[in-house]
Amino acid sequence: MPSPVSRDTVASAKPAQPIARPSRFARLRQSDLWYSFTHNKPAMIAAAVLLLVVLAAFSAPWIAPQDTYDPAQLSLWNSELPPIWMDEGQMPFLLGTDTQGRDMLSAILYGSRISILIGIASVILSLTVGLTAGLVAGYFGGITDNVLMRFGDILLSIPTILIAILVSALAMQALPPDLREVGAAAVLVLAIALSGWVQYARLVRAQTTVERGKEYVQAAQLLKVPARRIMVSHILPNTLTPIMVAATLNFGLAILTEATLSFLGIGMPPSQPSLGTLIRLGNQFLFSGIWWVVLFPVLQLCLIVVSVNVLGDWLRDALNPKLR
Amino acid sequence: MLVFILKRLFNAAMVMLAVAFLAFLIFRAAGDPVEIMANDQMSIEDKEALRDSLGLNDSFVTQYLRFVGNAARGDFGISYRNGQKVLGLIADRFPATMELVLVATILSLVIGIPLGVLTAIHRGRWHAEALQFVSIIGVSLPSFVVGILLILVFSVILGIAPAFGRGEVVDLGWWSTGLLTPSGRAALVLPAISLSLYQITLIMRLVRAEMMEVMRSDFVKFARARGVPRWRIQFRHALKNCLMPVITMTAMNVGALIAFALITETVFQWPGMGMLFIQAVTFLDIPVMAAYLCIISFIFVTLNTVVDIAYAVIDPRLRHATR
Amino acid sequence: MRFTSKATIGAAVVSCMLASSVSAETLRWGSPRDIYSLDPYSYGSTSNLAFLNHIYDGLVRYTPDFDIVPALATDWELIDDGKAWRFNLRKGVTFHNGAEFTADDVVASMKRVSDPKSPLRGNIPLYADVTKVDDYTVDIAVTSPSALFLNDMTNIFMFDADWLKDNGAEEPTDVGAKVEGFATHNTNGTGAFELVSRVPDSKTVLKVNDNWWDEKKHNLDMIEFMPISSPSTRVAALLSGEIDLTDGAPLQDVARLEAQPNITVVQRAELRTVLIGMNRRDTLKDGRDNFFNDLRVRQAIDMSIDRELIQKRVMRDMSRAAGTLIAPEIPGYTEELDKLTEVNVEKAKALLEEAGATGAEFTLLCMTDESVNEEDVCSALISMFTRIGLKPTLDIGPRAIQAPKRNNGEADMFLMGWANEPTLDAYSILSQVLSTREGAAGVSNRGGWSYPELDEMVKKAALELDREKRLAIETGAMQFAKDELIMLPLHQQPMAWAMTDKVEDVAIGADNKPRHWLTRLAD
Repeated sequence: MPSPVSRDTVASAKPAQPIARPSRFARLRQSDLWYSFTHNKPAMIAAAVLLLVVLAAFSAPWIAPQDTYDPAQLSLWNSELPPIWMDEGQMPFLLGTDTQGRDMLSAILYGSRISILIGIASVILSLTVGLTAGLVAGYFGGITDNVLMRFGDILLSIPTILIAILVSALAMQALPPDLREVGAAAVLVLAIALSGWVQYARLVRAQTTVERGKEYVQAAQLLKVPARRIMVSHILPNTLTPIMVAATLNFGLAILTEATLSFLGIGMPPSQPSLGTLIRLGNQFLFSGIWWVVLFPVLQLCLIVVSVNVLGDWLRDALNPKLR
Repeated sequence: MLVFILKRLFNAAMVMLAVAFLAFLIFRAAGDPVEIMANDQMSIEDKEALRDSLGLNDSFVTQYLRFVGNAARGDFGISYRNGQKVLGLIADRFPATMELVLVATILSLVIGIPLGVLTAIHRGRWHAEALQFVSIIGVSLPSFVVGILLILVFSVILGIAPAFGRGEVVDLGWWSTGLLTPSGRAALVLPAISLSLYQITLIMRLVRAEMMEVMRSDFVKFARARGVPRWRIQFRHALKNCLMPVITMTAMNVGALIAFALITETVFQWPGMGMLFIQAVTFLDIPVMAAYLCIISFIFVTLNTVVDIAYAVIDPRLRHATR
Repeated sequence: MRFTSKATIGAAVVSCMLASSVSAETLRWGSPRDIYSLDPYSYGSTSNLAFLNHIYDGLVRYTPDFDIVPALATDWELIDDGKAWRFNLRKGVTFHNGAEFTADDVVASMKRVSDPKSPLRGNIPLYADVTKVDDYTVDIAVTSPSALFLNDMTNIFMFDADWLKDNGAEEPTDVGAKVEGFATHNTNGTGAFELVSRVPDSKTVLKVNDNWWDEKKHNLDMIEFMPISSPSTRVAALLSGEIDLTDGAPLQDVARLEAQPNITVVQRAELRTVLIGMNRRDTLKDGRDNFFNDLRVRQAIDMSIDRELIQKRVMRDMSRAAGTLIAPEIPGYTEELDKLTEVNVEKAKALLEEAGATGAEFTLLCMTDESVNEEDVCSALISMFTRIGLKPTLDIGPRAIQAPKRNNGEADMFLMGWANEPTLDAYSILSQVLSTREGAAGVSNRGGWSYPELDEMVKKAALELDREKRLAIETGAMQFAKDELIMLPLHQQPMAWAMTDKVEDVAIGADNKPRHWLTRLAD
């Protein structure tokens, strides 16, 4: 039930709210976070590693010795060369080559780029969908809420990995072949984000339901502030803390899911290998003496996901008020 | 109370109906199974006849209604791949997956809880921090990498555990178990470890978080003020308090674990439902894929509903809360 | 051409740390794929039929050198001016359930396999009808007197008529009727082994049939058949002694396996030739004019393929680079045709330029689970085509998804294998692949090409009763196919079997079919 609010209070409170309140909080958070970050060695190391990996991956077109997407650059004559420090190693193949004559270092750089891109994109997509759905459901309630949340329930009653497998297997096959290479990454993003948004939606919805009853929202409603603005500039900022933690951890999870799908052969195609694809291809050669085709992609994948999780872990502890 | 239970059951039924629709919808888009079943010599007329007899030429609605009606009776049709009843195929593999999941769950509880307690009460000491870090690696390693590493080390290099399969199995009625033979138990070790690793770290982290929270609570402070010994507080009171969420999470996660097992099963060639599913995906064996999706979701929804109802029985306040 | 492996017999170190209750006479056989069904009429899959041949026998069978020899029939002749074959049946043969094998069983089996619902019906295109003459004689009417009918009959196994009837399995399993066929789970053959148990995708166990009609050359008591699809797991299982033999040793691991003191690898080229086909309809699937119809484009593509490099690197020196569309073992093969096209990137570029096809985009359709190392072969092809100025895209996926596209003519370019089985004659590829698609002809013509001259030659070959004359016509047709580059040959793919020293002797034919009734284990 809306409680009676005097017009005067609202009028005087209104201009201060949107500007001062969130920014003050944000600044406070930030300084707290920064302090905690600079006093947590694992978090700092993880951040440094991640920064390095991401930078290297995204500058792949400039620093990689070979463009692994250009088939004309691959030659069977260079296939299965060992890393440079071994007897038969050759420049410029620092980490050796695979059975197609693909430079492993370049493949790993390009592969990391794909893996990270898919991770980021799927988190952004599920965040966008999840935040919107959560806000709308929580703010309007009623039938909108019911439909959205029931749909979420249904998605959550199918294990994530299963949804991802089904969606990517089917979508990949529905795409025409010339679009498949371009579309594969998009399909994977969709497959991973499809069940990912529900978690955010639930978090935001719960928070929105609480905030909606608060006086400042009711006041804003009385002043005919558009619903969209109330949701975005008033309610959303209050839900960001748990969302941030969830998003970081989900980023790591998304990279793992992509790797798993590619490992099962329903992810990125071999012409555009992600880290998971490289591991799948390399796994066939586990006993063939060309260990470098599987070891390096595995190490890189683990490096990325461990760093992300270390950061996420720190973030969760740092933002948890009970643990301060 | 009864109303609450009925409501939850109705909800569960609606979810299942929707899942069935999804299963059907998705698989209608999956392409033409006839081309897969046919061999090189089959003529176009023969293919059309087969398509007709499979009901693939009927309308969408007819096919969906037929699907739901049959599914409710447990009839998921005949596998396109090997001409057997899908339910029978899945039932044959159910014990293999369940034994794997059960052993993995037990492993994760037996290892995860003590580790969680340890890292909580020794918080800040180097071994607890090291364990905490190891647990991050645990959640970060892809399950298939763990499996490959285990095979490489324990099967090929050391030669002390089988690399694939389920060993000798013994039939107990319709349940075939590998737990009663030495080779069956040996075959279970690596897959179970590989599957439980993620779960161990989850439980360890949950126990740690819960313990730390309970230890800060008033009743613990009160108990300590009364002079109750530290270990007694930790194990009798604190642990007891955080077991409830652990058990809840474990129960709810069994469904996810069954689905997750498909990766372990693929790596270890474990003859369970997951391997059946992955093979069905490559073969576009629509009936098997649909059935697997429905059965996994059924287990998932059932567990969730049971946990919800159990909670409501324990804590009446929850009965009126909406989800 | 018989190829037998003699594993070192002396100093058999029993490395059975994992072997539990398995006795020395059990052959543990790890295969890349499971069988689909125990019903020999349910799938026309070569590996499925090869496995079931241990349980069931046909009237005739191949030796590992592809000679037709008696099996359940002792002799046969053409009667009625070539309108039928008369088979005299072996007496005293019993099924695993004790029933005697008679003419009624042949009649019931032929009716079952030729049923409109039978997926194997296409494997006996010459069959017309069957009649019982007496208990040990049957006549099988045929539409053509060609001796190739006998070759086809090697894949048709004999059921027990009463057993089929008692179990309601007289008709082949009908996938559409939504009932399981009795014969899908149960067997009753006359073969060297009988079924003990089967868990699909896990293990199928056979035991020796002591009443087998043929001289027992093997010394096995049991066969445990275990499908292991992952190549590295298969190798791990062999290295750790969990299996004794695999008929699918991954090529990349052959060197490693050979280096093991207790493991022997036998490898050779298979009958199956891997071919490249191109869409030859007027327009491609996306509506563009079809540049593949220009002979110069096909020549350029042919010239861009470095078959020896693929043979050396991707196939690890184990395949046989091919200059013609059939393997040397197939009648109709001639050495003159089997010349590899020389690689010439510059000339290929010039030809493309001339034809105005430089920069042409197309997709190459490949499968992850059909021919040996197909994924790597296709990636190599893509890079070779790119180098002469084409713009190919790789479309790779499991057979289940790719096969329909290939069969519907949606692929611009595709790979396919053709083993000419069970006919084992160039007539097989000429009539089923290279002929214009029309009725029974050209059923596997996946590019939609049509060469009336070639069709004429194939028709003439079908009617020619004299073997030498027929082969001469077929060779002429093969020459035509090579000149026109209807399809491009790549290689005869290799097969590699690996076994521990527990396996003393195993017969391996170029058809890659296991024949464990000839396998001997060390004591």
